Amino acid sequence: MALEPGEHAQEPGVVDDIGEVKRLELYRLQALIRAAEQRAYDLFLQNLVKGTSHLSLGQEAIAAGCAAAMQSGDLSFCTYRGHAHTLARGVPVAKVLGELMGRDNGLMRGKGGSMHLTSVEHGVMGSYAIVGAHLPIACGAAWRAQYKKQSDVSVCFFGDGATNIGAFHEALNLAVIWKLPVIFVCENNLYMEYTPIADVTAVPSPAGDRACAYGLPKIVIDGNDADIVYRTMIRAFALARSGGGPSLIECLTYRYSGHSRADPAKYRPAGELELWKQRDPIHLYRQRLLQLGIADSRLLAIDSDVQRIVDEATEACKAARTTSIDVLFTDVYADGGCAWRN
Amino acid sequence: MAELTYREAVARGIAQEMARDEDVVFLGEDIAKAGGVFKATVGLLEQFGPLRVRDTPISEQAILGAAMGAAMTGLKPIAEIMFADFIAVCYDYIANEFPKSRYMTNGQVKCPLVVRLGNGGGARFGAQHSQSVENWCMQFPGLKVVAPSSPIDVIGLMAAAVRDPDPVIFIEHKSLYATKGEVPDGEILDTLGTAKILRSGHDCTLIALAMMVPRALAAAEQLQDRHGIDCEVVDVRSLVPLDTRTILGSLARTHRAFTIEENPRVLGWGAEIVSIIADESFYDLDGPPVRITTPHIPLPAADILEDLAIPSVSRIVETVLRSMTS
Repeated sequence: MALEPGEHAQEPGVVDDIGEVKRLELYRLQALIRAAEQRAYDLFLQNLVKGTSHLSLGQEAIAAGCAAAMQSGDLSFCTYRGHAHTLARGVPVAKVLGELMGRDNGLMRGKGGSMHLTSVEHGVMGSYAIVGAHLPIACGAAWRAQYKKQSDVSVCFFGDGATNIGAFHEALNLAVIWKLPVIFVCENNLYMEYTPIADVTAVPSPAGDRACAYGLPKIVIDGNDADIVYRTMIRAFALARSGGGPSLIECLTYRYSGHSRADPAKYRPAGELELWKQRDPIHLYRQRLLQLGIADSRLLAIDSDVQRIVDEATEACKAARTTSIDVLFTDVYADGGCAWRN
Repeated sequence: MAELTYREAVARGIAQEMARDEDVVFLGEDIAKAGGVFKATVGLLEQFGPLRVRDTPISEQAILGAAMGAAMTGLKPIAEIMFADFIAVCYDYIANEFPKSRYMTNGQVKCPLVVRLGNGGGARFGAQHSQSVENWCMQFPGLKVVAPSSPIDVIGLMAAAVRDPDPVIFIEHKSLYATKGEVPDGEILDTLGTAKILRSGHDCTLIALAMMVPRALAAAEQLQDRHGIDCEVVDVRSLVPLDTRTILGSLARTHRAFTIEENPRVLGWGAEIVSIIADESFYDLDGPPVRITTPHIPLPAADILEDLAIPSVSRIVETVLRSMTS
C-alpha cells in the first residue's frame, strides 16, 4: 500500500468512516489538550510555572489525530513543543502541570521541565529540545522493532524548522534505506521560531517537497482537521507494520501563541491569526460532530469533564510539595547516583 | 594464550559480546563488508550477519541517534565513529542526548550503548584526523570514558563497556592498532573505573593514557637505566569513572606526579587529576605536579612536525629528569 500525494484534496469531509466512539475520542483529546495548555499559560502568568514553555494552541488536531491512530506500545518522540503529544498519549494532566511547576508529583519530579516531558510507560519516549535530534533516535527505536520482530511503530513529531537541519536528512535517508517502521510527522505551523518558514526554505512545502529526495511520496495534509490526520496516520501505520517502511507527513497548521513564553509574535501580518482562528481545529471538529448528529449536550458534557480534570489537576499540583532536593544528585548514572570517581 | 594485535583484539572483544548476547548490534561506516577502515572489525559481518553488523551512510548523527534509540528500547548497540575527530559533527548526542536522558527523565530512560572512536595521532593524518578527543567526552556528567592501551585491555574493557548500563565512549588509539600483546583464551571481562599500575617504582609516578602508556614505560626504563630514577607507571585506562584511589595511592608512595597527555594542553584530563592532587594529596608532594602534553596547537601532518608536537619518550625523559633534579 502506498500513500498518495495530495491526499487532503480527496478527503470526503463529513462521511462517517471513523465511527462515533473514535470521533468522540478525537474531540475529547483536542479539548483536553486545549484546556490543559491554556491552564499552563495561566499558571505562567501567576508565576507558578517558571522557565519557558512552547504551547501548541491551535495545533491540537495533529496530536489528537496521531494519538488516536496509535496502538498501545507505539512510541512517540516529541519536541520541546511536546505538551500536546504527551497528553494525547494519556499521561495525566497533573503529572504534566506538576512537571511544569517543579512539583514532586511532576512527571520527572522537576528534573526535565516543560521541554523534556517523558513517560516511558505511556510510550512517550522523550521530548527533545535540540531541533532535529530525535529523528535519528526514532530511527533507532524503529530499528530495534525491526530487528526484534516487534510490531510497534515509532512516530516522530517535529516542526517545519527541523526540515532545514542535517539530522532530518540523515534520518530520512537511513529510515528509507533500512525500511524502518517509523513515521515522521512535520507540524508546519508556518513559522520557524520567529521567522516565516518560507523565508528560509528552498521549497514551498518544507517536508513534503523534500520527500522525493528520499523516494517517498509527497504527503501534505490539513493539520487542523483531526479526521484527516487520523486517516492519514492509519494508512502510515499500516504501511509501517507491513514492512513497507517510513512515511513523511506534513501537516499544515498554525500556532496561536508565539514561539515560546517570551515571544509575543508581533512578526505576524495583521489578520493572519484571526484568519486561522476561523479554521480552529476544535471548533471545526465540533461543527462536524453536530452535523453528524451527535447531540450538543454530549459535547458540552465532554467540555465540562475536561475542564473538571484540568481544574482538579491544577489544585493537586498547587497542593503538591515542591520537588525534593534529594533528586538533585540522583540518576546521573545507572547506579542511581552521580559518582564519576572513587 | 595467543599473541594478538590491538586491532585483532577489537574484533575479538566485539565478537565475544555479540556471541554472548543477541541484543548486541554493531553499526558504523565501512565496518561490515570492508571490515573497518583500520581493519579492526574484520570477520564480524561473516560471523554475525548483516542484520547485526550494519554498514551506514556517512551520517554520524544518524549513527549515534539510531544507536541511542535502539539502546533506549532494548538493544545494546556498539557504534563506530571512524575518526574520533568526527564526533564534532554529531556532538549533540555525546553532549546533550546520551548523558542527560536518564537524569532529565528521573531515571525513566536508559542508554546502554558503546561508541568506539579511532583516536589520536602518529599517523601523519593532519589536524582533522589525528586529535585526541578524550577531553571532549570527559566533561559531560552521565557519560563514561575508557581508553585501553593493550590488546587484553581492549577485550576486557570492551566487554565491560557493552555490559555497562550507561553510555560508554570507547577510545581506541589508531597508532596502537598494530601493537601486540599476549591474550589468554576464553572470555575476558574487565572493570570500568580501574587504573592499573604497570610498573612499580619509588621516585615518581608517571600517569599516562592510551599511546602515552607505552611511551611512559619506555621512558621509565631509560630513566632507570641511565639516570637511576625509579618511576612508577599508572595506566589510567578509565577517565570516567576515574580511579583516583590508585593514582593518589601511588603518589603517596612516590611523592612526585607527572601526567602524560596526548591532547592539547588546555583543559586536558591531566589538569583535572592535578587539581585532585592539589586538593587531596598536597602534603604528599615533594615537588610540583608536572603536565607533559601536546602544545596548545592543531596537529600538523608532516612527520617531523607531528613527532615534535606529541609527547615523545625523549621529551618525557627530559621533563622528568629536569623536574627531579632541579
